[in-house]
Amino acid sequence: MEMVKISIMGQWHEVPASLTIQKALEYAGYQLVRGCGCRGGFCGACATVYRTEGDYRLKVGLACQTIVEDGMYLTLLPFYPAQRADYDIDKLEPTYETIISIYPEVLRCVGCNTCTKVCPQDIDVMEYIACAKRGDIAKLADLSFDCVMCGLCASKCPAEIAQYNVAILARRLYGKYLAPKAKHLADRVKEIEEGKFDREIEAMMQKSEDELKKLYAAREIEP
Amino acid sequence: MSYPESMLASIKKVEETRKKRLEERIPLLSPEEKDKLLHGFHPDYNPKGKRPVRVGPNQGDQMPNELVDLLEAYPRIDPDRFDLSSFDYDVDVLVIGGGGAGAAAALLAQENGANVLLVTKLRLGDANTMMAQGGIQAADKPHDSPVIHYLDVVGGGHYYNVPELVRALVMDAPKVIRWHEELGVMYDKEPDGTMITIHGGGTSKKRMHAARDYTGAEIMRTLRDEVRNRKIPYLEFSPVVELLLDDQKRCGGAIIYNLDTKEYFKIRAKAVIIATGGFGRLHIQGFPTTNHYGATADGLVLAYRVGCKLLYMDAVQYHPTGVAYPEQIVGLLITEKVRGLGAQLVNREGNQFIYPLETRDVVASGIIRECTERNLGVETPTGMKGVWLDSPMIEIINGPGTIQRMLPAMYRQFHNFGIDMAKLPILTYPTLHYQNGGIVINEWGETTVPGLFVAGEASGGVHGRNRLMGNSLLDVNVFGRRAGMRAAEYAKKNKVGKLSLDHVKRYSEELKAAGIERKRVAPMLLPDYRRPEVLRKLEGTYGLGIE
Repeated sequence: MEMVKISIMGQWHEVPASLTIQKALEYAGYQLVRGCGCRGGFCGACATVYRTEGDYRLKVGLACQTIVEDGMYLTLLPFYPAQRADYDIDKLEPTYETIISIYPEVLRCVGCNTCTKVCPQDIDVMEYIACAKRGDIAKLADLSFDCVMCGLCASKCPAEIAQYNVAILARRLYGKYLAPKAKHLADRVKEIEEGKFDREIEAMMQKSEDELKKLYAAREIEP
Repeated sequence: MSYPESMLASIKKVEETRKKRLEERIPLLSPEEKDKLLHGFHPDYNPKGKRPVRVGPNQGDQMPNELVDLLEAYPRIDPDRFDLSSFDYDVDVLVIGGGGAGAAAALLAQENGANVLLVTKLRLGDANTMMAQGGIQAADKPHDSPVIHYLDVVGGGHYYNVPELVRALVMDAPKVIRWHEELGVMYDKEPDGTMITIHGGGTSKKRMHAARDYTGAEIMRTLRDEVRNRKIPYLEFSPVVELLLDDQKRCGGAIIYNLDTKEYFKIRAKAVIIATGGFGRLHIQGFPTTNHYGATADGLVLAYRVGCKLLYMDAVQYHPTGVAYPEQIVGLLITEKVRGLGAQLVNREGNQFIYPLETRDVVASGIIRECTERNLGVETPTGMKGVWLDSPMIEIINGPGTIQRMLPAMYRQFHNFGIDMAKLPILTYPTLHYQNGGIVINEWGETTVPGLFVAGEASGGVHGRNRLMGNSLLDVNVFGRRAGMRAAEYAKKNKVGKLSLDHVKRYSEELKAAGIERKRVAPMLLPDYRRPEVLRKLEGTYGLGIE
């Protein structure tokens, strides 16, 4: 098995070259408590900062999605103390003013693009912050959609913006106010509340297994 | 990294048959054919995988060995060392678990006037809900109805479902989607607001709603944001290690364990909601799993010790399409939406062998048969076998760019390892995905123990012996909301009596009387993936799970 040497918070370990950082930590003897969540790239628990030997650049990745490299020295960033505002979504308007009043620090963005460069999800973070600065909530919501809220952007931001918290505010404003409402959904909720299906459902609940099997086999499958 | 030569040779055959397969439709299996396939190849029918549990309310029932190990384990704490005359927290409703069910329960309990505390083992939102990609079912289109949804659910569940629970599931479904819309969940919609809905395995109507392929993540992060906005207190890295019962055998609180400081804290609560999820991380029969790191069946152990019965624990859902290559992400989920959008399952020779949208148990069994008895699987360099999921068909059918637009998470997952799934098929094999059974509840999430409620994957009966895609995100929302509402009502009417851990003592005595040695403790809290070489060096500990 091909092995590589990595340093975990200053201690060197020899680990198989094919492992992700997360599995390498476990191979090295860690039973993870912090810095481990879904293990599949969705939850943002395992943000990791590392360098490789001889390279001055600081690199980042999700531990569960990044393969170890020889000479990598790393630390997990399992929590980041980012600014987050509380708000009542029902009382907001989907406007530039809302975003700027809740997170005025977005105006401090200096356009350094560091957030975009560190994003493990390849999101154009700086561009969505630019959207916030001009009140384009729909585009902000779209561009930031794949965010796993790992905190790496905020950790590197010289303007001390917590980009991902701005992004979820924008997505909720979009989803609630700007996206067109589903009329068929409102209609169906009304029908259910009026009891339109009650009798039919109860009849279904009373049916024997054989009757249900026949109905199931005869279902019309939508093409 | 892309595919090795040996696998590329098979991919060539897949490409050659693609044109023919675009026209080809494999017929659905008859009930008899399905039965034969399931009995022959589904892991649930492997007698070596289970054994009867020797103690507790389900004594004598067959369950997976790995779960029986935990039900037959001893408590982590010494009940005599806890002074229950005072408490660190005193609340109306205690919610255990910070996933979709827990967050929904906490929100609704608070809305209904309760003073709520949520405790969770990892972070708020660290749960399988966050990982659910494919979608959420709701019969909200004019040509569909909750009644048709009902029939799909019970047929998929092989008619073992509890009717009252299914009614709650399908009738609340549109309400849940509407609730999400109001909270700002970004569902995929047409420009006029119509929900974009597709099929899932076992659906007769297109009722799968999605938020790209981050559906669960989008729902979870929105609910989490709302829990924070409403200032519901929550404690992270604080799993429950035992429930508390009062002198009238009502549930009235819990003992939690702070994983950082190693302290125990005592909570008194008028009502308790278990929303701890399932048992994927027990790796039943050695299968890899799609599940979150925390899915270790803690809630089942807690509820079992206070006398709750478990239902259909031997029915395990193996998702047909887990990643089989590359090795680094083996076991992770390839959402059913990939098949929903037109990707077919094909063997080494490039031939289809099963209709891709049969129910999950049937598709999984078909893949296992292809890789074992028929020996038509594709072998990876590490010796694992799998079959192709022909993802490039999605682009042929729906147009170029569809995968990046509709399946960004999936695309990224493979792209990270040098595989472009829009151009090359991906290799899959079944992976442990869902606990179909769980703690017995009624349609309000109430258990047989007064004051104790359960919602989500920890409960059993909603899905019978096989859950359909898109009904678990629905389940956590429907029953999380119901349990939250009902627990808040219950808390208004009931006072907590004198609390104790006597039931824990009795359980230990029962274990001893059954001749069970003190080899393990439970709940497990977290899996342990350290190597045996490392564990052997941990002098002074027992390797009994997280300390």
